[in-house]
Parts: sequence; C-alpha cells; structure tokens
Amino acid sequence: MSATAAGWLQVALLVIALVAVHKPLGDWMARVFTTDATPPLGQKWPFLPQGSRHWRVERLVYRAVGVDADAEQRWPVYLRSVLAFSLVSVLFLYLLQRVQQWLPLENDMAAVEPGSAWNTAISFVTNTNWQGYSGESTMGHLVQMAGLAVQNFVSAAVGIAVAIALVRGFARSGTDRLGNFWVDVTRAITRVLLPLATVAAVVLVLGGVVQNLSSGTDATTLAGATQFLPGGPVASQEAIKELGTNGGGFYNANSAHPFEGPSAWISLFQVFLLLVIPFSLPRTFGRMVGDRKQGYAIVGVMAGLAAASLALTSWAQARAGGAALQLAGAATEGQEVRFGGPLSALFGTATTLTSTGAVNSMHDSYTPTGGLLVMANMMLGEVAPGGVGSGLYGMLVLAVVAVFVAGLMVGRTPEYLGKKLGRREMTLASLYVLVTPVLVLTGTAVAVATDSGLGSLLNSGSHGLSEVLYAFTSASNNNGSAFAGLSANTPFYNTALGLSMAFGRFLPIVLVVALAGRLAAQGRAPVTAGTLPTHQPLFVGLLGAVVLVVVGLTYFPALALGPLAEALA
Amino acid sequence: MSALRSGRQLVAAVRALLVATVVLGLAYPLLMTGVAQLIAPARADGSLASVDGSVVGSSLIGQSFTDEDGDPLSEYFQSRPSALDYDGAASGGSNLGPNSDELVAAVGERRADVAAFNGVSESEVPADAVTASGSGLDPDISPEYAAIQVSRVAEARGVPVDDVQALVDEHTDGRDLGFIGAPHVRVLELNLALDQRLGASG
Repeated sequence: MSATAAGWLQVALLVIALVAVHKPLGDWMARVFTTDATPPLGQKWPFLPQGSRHWRVERLVYRAVGVDADAEQRWPVYLRSVLAFSLVSVLFLYLLQRVQQWLPLENDMAAVEPGSAWNTAISFVTNTNWQGYSGESTMGHLVQMAGLAVQNFVSAAVGIAVAIALVRGFARSGTDRLGNFWVDVTRAITRVLLPLATVAAVVLVLGGVVQNLSSGTDATTLAGATQFLPGGPVASQEAIKELGTNGGGFYNANSAHPFEGPSAWISLFQVFLLLVIPFSLPRTFGRMVGDRKQGYAIVGVMAGLAAASLALTSWAQARAGGAALQLAGAATEGQEVRFGGPLSALFGTATTLTSTGAVNSMHDSYTPTGGLLVMANMMLGEVAPGGVGSGLYGMLVLAVVAVFVAGLMVGRTPEYLGKKLGRREMTLASLYVLVTPVLVLTGTAVAVATDSGLGSLLNSGSHGLSEVLYAFTSASNNNGSAFAGLSANTPFYNTALGLSMAFGRFLPIVLVVALAGRLAAQGRAPVTAGTLPTHQPLFVGLLGAVVLVVVGLTYFPALALGPLAEALA
Repeated sequence: MSALRSGRQLVAAVRALLVATVVLGLAYPLLMTGVAQLIAPARADGSLASVDGSVVGSSLIGQSFTDEDGDPLSEYFQSRPSALDYDGAASGGSNLGPNSDELVAAVGERRADVAAFNGVSESEVPADAVTASGSGLDPDISPEYAAIQVSRVAEARGVPVDDVQALVDEHTDGRDLGFIGAPHVRVLELNLALDQRLGASG
C-alpha cells in the first residue's frame, strides 16, 4: 500500500471513530450539565437511569469545598469563581515547583527557577502547556503528578464550564442565573474527564507508554556506553494531556518521545483523544439549546476547516520543501520513522487546530508551507474544533459575529437562537475577536524590536521571524506547541509569553461569561420569516468565511514576512 | 459586599484545589501505576531489554552503536542521526528550519559518510539516514536504510548476507493494522539478535 493511501485510511479510521463517539458523548455531556432532573419533553437521555442529581462522591466534594451545590450563580459570581480558582491554581503550582526539592518523589530535581516556574504555572493553568523547560531535567515526579497533571484536568474542566455557561446563556431566557461553577467543574471531572482518562491511560500502558515511579535506570549499551533511561508516571498524565487538549509533554520531546508515543497506533489513538471532546461538544450544545441541527451547523464549520487544513498540510509535508529537506529527499527532519509522514502531518494538524500543542514531530523543521499551515491553524483562533470548551465558546462568539454580518447585509436586527444581538452583545463579541491578534502582533513586534527578544532565535531570516511569531501565536491562543528552536527559557520570553497566555485565556473568558449573562437575561424573540436560519449550509458557509476573513486575515501581513516569504523563496 | 463574595470564592477555590490535588494528583496516578504494574509490568517499566540479567537498553529507545571516538561500529546496524547523541536523560530534535544552512551542511556530510561507510552510492541513501528524529531517541530506521547496511554488517561479521537479511526481515514491522504509521526496523532488537545468533561482536 502506498504511503498516501495508508495515510488517508488513518484519517478515515479517525473520522469513523469520532462520528461513532460524538453522539453518546455529546448527549452524555448535555445530560451532565443540564440541571433538570428530567429530560426535555419528547427526548430520552442515553445511559444511566434517572436518579439523584448529585453523585454521592460529588456531595462529598461539595461539602469539602464548602459550596451549596443547588444554588446557581449570577454571571459575575460565576466569573469570580473561575478567576479565583485559576488564581489559586497559579499560586499553588508556582509554589510547588519552587519547593519540590524538599518534597517526596522529587527525583533529585532542584527548585525550578522563579521565571520558569511562573511561566510554567500560568502555562498549565491556562490550558496552554507551553513548555520553556525540559521535563526530564526540571520536574520531579511529584510536580508532574500533583501539579501539572492536576491542572491538565482542571484547566480542561474550566474550559468546559465556561462553554456550558455560554450555551446556557442561549438556552435559557429571562433568568440571571448561569449555573454553579463548582458543580460544573466537578461534574466535568467526575463524569467526563476522569472516567475517560482512566480508560485511556490503560490503553496507553498496554501500548507501551511507561507508568512507574522509578527515577530511571542506567543501561549499558551494546557499544559499551551508559545510557540513562528515564521513568515516570507518564501514561496517567499522557491520557489527560490529550483528552484535555493540554499538550504538555512529560518529556521534552513530548509525544515524539518513545516512552510517550511508543507506536504508530498509539499516536493515532492520541489524535483521537485530543479531538474527541471538542468534536462532541457541538452535539452537547445542540441538545442543550433544543435543536440538534444548530450543533451540526457548528460542527460542520469546524470539520470543514479541519479537513481543508489537513489536506493542505499533508500535501505540503509529502513534498520535501526547503533546501535542506530537498537535499535529504523527504521532510523527515524532526520526524520519527515509526510514525512516518502522513501520521506526523495528521498529528501536527490536529494538535494546532485544538489548542493542544502536543507534538509527535518537530514543527520547526516542517517544510516552509507545512510550518505556515500549522501556524495558521492556531491563528484561526482555535475553533476548528479548538480546545476542550474553549473551541465551542470561541466558535459560538464567531457565530454571533457571522449573524451580525448577515444582519448588516439585509438591514435587520441580528438574532441568534432567538437572542437579539444588540450593541452590548456585539461589543463583547468584537472585543473577544480582537484580544488574541492584539496579543500576538504586539508581542511579536516587541520581541523583534528588542535585543532580548532577538537573542533567543536559533534560525535567522524569515524563519527566525516565524519562530517568534509562532511562539506568541501559540501562547496567546493557549496552544503550547513551539517552533522549538527558539530558546524561550529567558527572562524576556518567560515574562512576555506568560502575560500572553494569561491575557489570551482570561480576557476572552471574562467577555464570554459576561455575554452569557446578558443572553440568559433576555427573552426569546419568536422565529419569523425574516429570521436567518442558522442551521443551513448558507450559514455554515458564512461562518466559515467569517473565521477565515475576520480572524485569519488579521495575521496576513505578519505571515507574509515570515513563513510565506520562506515558502516562496 | 463584593470583596466578601470574592473572598468566599477564594476560600472555595483553595479547598477545591486541595481536593483536586489529592484525588487527581495523587490517587489517580498512583492507582494507575498500580494497575499498570499489574496488567503490563514490563511495558510500564519501559520495555527494558536485558542480556544475562543486565539492562542493555529499552527496545523503545534508540541508542548509538559507535566506538569511543564516535565512529560507527561496522558489525552493527546504525541508528539515525540524533540531535542529542541518544542521551536518554534528554530528548528533542534539532529544530533546524527547512532552509537552514547548518542543516543543509549536515545532510550533505551525513549522506557522504553513510554512502562511504556502507559502500553504496549517495543516491541510495534514504532520507531518514541523513536527518535527525524528533525525539533524538528514535529506535527505528526505515527498511531502506536497513537494506543498504546488510552487506556491510555481513562482511564485518563474516557471515552470509542471507542470514543477516533474514534477521532484518524478522525485525521489520509493517504499518500497524496495515495502514497506521510507517514500516520500520527495530534496530536495538536486530543488533541483539545479531549478537546472539550470528556470533558476538569484537
């Protein structure tokens, strides 16, 4: 079988698996986050019989946390809960890294440097998992397990909670209540992330991913040299790293490391894990707003953009572009033999489209066009399908913008799902769209205008600019992958990228929760002959165009100077 | 009032994080470690390969088969170039860009070296033989790279080419399920088999 045919069969298997799983998983999540004890009229919940609203273990959690799980929050309180939880998480994770040398399972690691610890704390709390450090020489097992992996769970749960709050904004009317953040986060973990991660971790172990508490083994190689073989609780972390679209590798080489990605089928399984929740959430959305077609319109846009990106990236990577790769004969630099070209391109596309940022091949050494595409994937704002939760709320905000654009064309007050989009709503949506480009372009501009920014470049010329642009794009969009030639563990980049990650995560969340609050408070406008149908191909096309034009084109000048210049050279 | 409410959320946040740390940060990974050690202890410990009771490496982790001066040992199949010389305490690729002058020079030099070492023409040297992997620990080479090494290994060991070829075939994996990933030759296991079945080196 040719490599290309095998490559597309991999994609086909992945699509079949996602199609099969999105329905039960999406329906299940809708049930998890619907407070009503009974399903909407005429609908049946899948799985478990009707029972108590809270699981017994959840009641224990609520008692420990000290919250009334049956009291819903208004949007400012919901938002304060999100921010308080994240702030406490950053401080705790920083502290844990700074004192790891005195704790058990420290694996002989010293305290992490303050700048790096600060950057890493923000990175994991914001679901970015940008890594300025190298895992095997910086983090002890305890920090990996009790610090980083915990944030892998909870940052994903926070993303889901915020998305659900926005969905409730559309689904409810005439209320000032958005739900209870603590209940949403708890359920996201107990009913979705933890069960799935447990199953995934077992599969990973069976596939060869390591899971031990050893500090490593010294081997004497056949040639007589000594080779250190690292240990670690990797599979348990790897599972949630993909499932929560986090992406922070246990080891420096991330999923390319044979202990994290031991075989091709495991790597494909990881691609499935990182796509499965983002592609299922639109179904949840459709269920919760009472019209599954609305969910399919959203997932249609996501899938269309993802398919186009995958086709282009696979095509670009199959051709050895760039002087060095042409000389080698194929784009194998930074690529593992067991994965091969098509699976590497698939992983690279999925990880940059989902804000995961895990890698099974090194993006810095991609062909010029391939490198351009993985960067452009992130620049679309991480909505196709985007991160866990953040992809859905990002796409829904863009849907609001698309409805507004359509409203301008026909001169009507725009409505989405029966909600009028007035001046306030559009202000919030517009600010949302502006946040990331401002962070990316300002950060890149400052970096290339200062010596401390330029000093970290590995490659020169347009590829050097690409390294910086990639870093700020990745940080601001909470992706976390890198053109890793950039030496980012410097005071300048630790600070600048730390700020980009924090603002890139929390400013949009503030805007989204505020928008959700306004939407929930509204009544529902009746559907009339003049209402734009938002579940039909026309709207799918319009939304796709808005993503490409409004978001993508913002970066065109910067792309022209970096990767585009390199691809055309 | 607002400050009071924020304070209440902060207290809840601290308590929630403590619960999460205990459950997700300790119980979950330790439980998974227990399960892993129960159902697949060898794999959970890193698929270690041993000879006479001493660990010679991991079948998942590549190593270099070179002498003390860094010159390739002709009786072993050679691994791919590595950005960090198969140092297991680290991992990563070169991160050189596709147009990097440094990478162009390295590829050219490796191509010449590999061709000369194996006595083949430069056009027969496959891409994986002249490029570094993403992990720096790639345990595999392509079947094409193995193919150009067979005669040289057979000659160095003074054994028939067919015997070496048979071992290469035995240690070559196709794509998983026939279509996932790419065909590859497991270098460490192949070299171990050479030592065990076609006479120890040296």
